[in-house]
Amino acid sequence: MSARIGVITFPGSLDDSDAARAVTAGGADAVRLWHADTDLQGVDAVVLPGGFSYGDYLRCGAIARFAPMMGAVIDAARDGLPVLGICNGFQILCESGLLPGALIRNNHLHFICRDQKVRIAADDTAWTADFAAGQEIVIPVKNGEGGYVADERTLDMLQAENRIVARYVGNPNGSLRDIAGITNESRTVVGIMPHPEHAIDPLTGPTADGLVFFTSIVTTLAARVGA
Amino acid sequence: MARIVVTVMLKPEILDPQGTAVRGALTRLGLTGVADVRQGKRFVIDLEGSLDADREALLTKLAGELLANPVIEDYSLQVEA
Repeated sequence: MSARIGVITFPGSLDDSDAARAVTAGGADAVRLWHADTDLQGVDAVVLPGGFSYGDYLRCGAIARFAPMMGAVIDAARDGLPVLGICNGFQILCESGLLPGALIRNNHLHFICRDQKVRIAADDTAWTADFAAGQEIVIPVKNGEGGYVADERTLDMLQAENRIVARYVGNPNGSLRDIAGITNESRTVVGIMPHPEHAIDPLTGPTADGLVFFTSIVTTLAARVGA
Repeated sequence: MARIVVTVMLKPEILDPQGTAVRGALTRLGLTGVADVRQGKRFVIDLEGSLDADREALLTKLAGELLANPVIEDYSLQVEA
């Protein structure tokens, strides 16, 4: 039986369809979930897609974090449910406290939208298991508030525990220590600012590098079942 | 009627690109000696009735959970009436 991976749609989500398509391309079944529901429908993992949930009002992700479905996600994530937050999804994960730090306005104030080289730093998370550490990939980055910040102690901790999942090669927005993505202590929750779901097919994206995030989770879930 | 004003500012150590852009504009418009500009948010919350201890405690909690993100922001509450 295929793994079932939920993709949550918030008001203002933009990339939920691409995320669902990427889930399917990765070999799992995509289960569309609605922000106002509370039933995770027994999914094996969840993707929080990119976009502008609740119009980015207040702070990016600040209101989505209190959506009824996020209550279920936060509880399940603390019990080990793998969660991938992309762009706005990463912002929601930080706001919800599942990941440390925060994402602020890009240091140059511009919205950036371009293909971005990123180096995978941690290949032992639920969402990066099929990568090799040090591997360089190209996926689109598109954000206005993608600057990752955290205090020095948190940054040192992330580095020491190998929880920086990916680093920019050519920092596009002033993210501290070139951080493009991080993971939680149990390495099941990953937040990443650039968009793997937009790079799953060379026909429509710069590469198919992003697909590896979605095959990785299938690998991880299969290993869990086998264990 | 009770009025509570919540002020939210980025912490001093967090870069404020918007404040920096505003500083540049003030300088371009002729204001001399602009050392720094920080941009923040101000929430004016009107409550029906008087402010009881329960609602004040809840609002204080929500100020740090919803109105401000304490990872990057400082906040303060002021009861105005």
